[in-house]
Amino acid sequence: MIRYSLKRLLSLCLSLAVASVVIFSVIEIAPGDPASFMLGINAQPDTVAALRSELGLDQSKLQRYLTWIGGMLSGDFGTSYTYRTPVSEMIADRLWVSLPLALYALALSTLIAFPAGIYAAARRGKPGDMAVMGATQLGVAIPNFWFAMLLVLVFAINLRWFSAGGFAGWEGGLGTGLKSLTLPAIALALPQAAILARVMRSALLDILGEDFMRTARAKGLSRRQALWRHGLRNALIPVLTIIGLQFSFLLAGAIIIEQVFYLPGLGRLVFQAISSRDLIVVESVVMLLVFAVITVNFLVDLAYALVDPRLRSRT
Amino acid sequence: MSRTLFLGAILSSLVILAALLSFLWTPFDHTAMNIPEKLQRPGALHWLGTDHFGRDIFSMIMVGARTSLAVALVAVGIGMAIGIPLGLTAAARKGSWLDELIMRGNDLVFAFPSLVIAILITAIFGPGAINAIIAIGIFNIPVFARVTRGAALPLWQREFILAAQVAGKGAARISAEHILPNVANLLIVQGTIQFSLGILAEAGLSYVGLGAQPPTPSWGRMLADAQTMVSLAPHLAIIPGSAIVLTVLGLNLMGDGLRDWLDPKLREGRT
Repeated sequence: MIRYSLKRLLSLCLSLAVASVVIFSVIEIAPGDPASFMLGINAQPDTVAALRSELGLDQSKLQRYLTWIGGMLSGDFGTSYTYRTPVSEMIADRLWVSLPLALYALALSTLIAFPAGIYAAARRGKPGDMAVMGATQLGVAIPNFWFAMLLVLVFAINLRWFSAGGFAGWEGGLGTGLKSLTLPAIALALPQAAILARVMRSALLDILGEDFMRTARAKGLSRRQALWRHGLRNALIPVLTIIGLQFSFLLAGAIIIEQVFYLPGLGRLVFQAISSRDLIVVESVVMLLVFAVITVNFLVDLAYALVDPRLRSRT
Repeated sequence: MSRTLFLGAILSSLVILAALLSFLWTPFDHTAMNIPEKLQRPGALHWLGTDHFGRDIFSMIMVGARTSLAVALVAVGIGMAIGIPLGLTAAARKGSWLDELIMRGNDLVFAFPSLVIAILITAIFGPGAINAIIAIGIFNIPVFARVTRGAALPLWQREFILAAQVAGKGAARISAEHILPNVANLLIVQGTIQFSLGILAEAGLSYVGLGAQPPTPSWGRMLADAQTMVSLAPHLAIIPGSAIVLTVLGLNLMGDGLRDWLDPKLREGRT
């Protein structure tokens, strides 16, 4: 297990290094000089040159990459070209909205999908199964931001149970913060829950045909007992994969959903940064998102190996 | 033909027909503003109502279908054109450094969700439908590469491939003449799935302003415009959203139906 983990860790570091080079290179070819952009069109050339020097833009590309990546490793993401504040502080503030939103949605998605998938698998071919499958078919076809707008229309505008947008902050308590994130989290969770429920059902149906399940039944366990005691653990491998993949979709999806609810998260930060050409913010947010995706996939791989020891020897 | 495939084909055909028809005819000019008739509910004159500029929503939906279908189709084309050869090469050279390089490259591209790729591209070139195509297309490459490699690997152990090798055919020729036709069904099904995902992605990118820009109509853009007026005129949000759902649902049903229809094992089971 240790050898497997180290091998995966090495692969993680390599992926992160290559991803950082790709992101840095892409941002490098973006047109326009940040110093000229910050100072405006009337700026004197020597003032621009001084600012370029202050921002480190007069260094070679390699030096700038090393400074950037070294800074990121030590938590210093540079200074925003527009706001002149540390990017790490801006990101940390916004992460307090985006990360809880993605995690809340992940929890909701799992809470909806597990019972739905198990229910459908246990009633294969019956009306209950067909109803769940029909609902999931519809669920995967609904764009989450559109579903979010419908939720606002029903629960915020008509019923007035929730606010239509904005974030009350965590200062007012956990309940207030979570209430602001409830509609966005439901909107994010629904399509993912539909996918997860289908995977859960399919994985359980595969397991139900296995010899060990027949043995469990032959020992005298009921179908339901066999499903709970032996089926679920074995069905978890494909389900874990999807949960891992979903986290990246949820983080990216959160960026879009934040637009619907005017939430001050990473999404709004990055779109504001794009429109004001604050490329250091774009670069850092993108790197952070990619870091999250790669790291979560790494953790899922480790979780696989824990659940199914056969996978460790395969690589 | 199964009911799923039939229903999916009907829904998809309707959208494709609407898109094609929009080149020749729409009830109104989709760009023509008519402020006195703004925010009208669906009725006899404007079948799906009008927006805040008095533009006919039915005409905008028809023209918007073109944008959605074109972006998704070209993005799937990019994914297939690059991903399939990569997958075939990786399978033919299984275990080699080339296979490892291709698969690790795939993992890397997978770490960039299409929205993140779109953000990066927009940071350089500015927003536009082309950026959406590139972003979704890049995301499709590893999908097709993985599916192709996964389906091709077991084929390389089969007798007919060994026979082709004995006959002196090289790996590239075997991949093109024997492997590709045998994985084509799977790729068609995956293509349908990626096509529907492409439509969702395009709508999302246009919604946040990274995709098609005005005056090019797009369903995602229509939803973004509707957002501030959803309480006044809910149909502005409900209609473009329903168009997206029906299109994606149709393509997904078609994908499911095609998978069952093209899979000989499932087909034999039915007959």
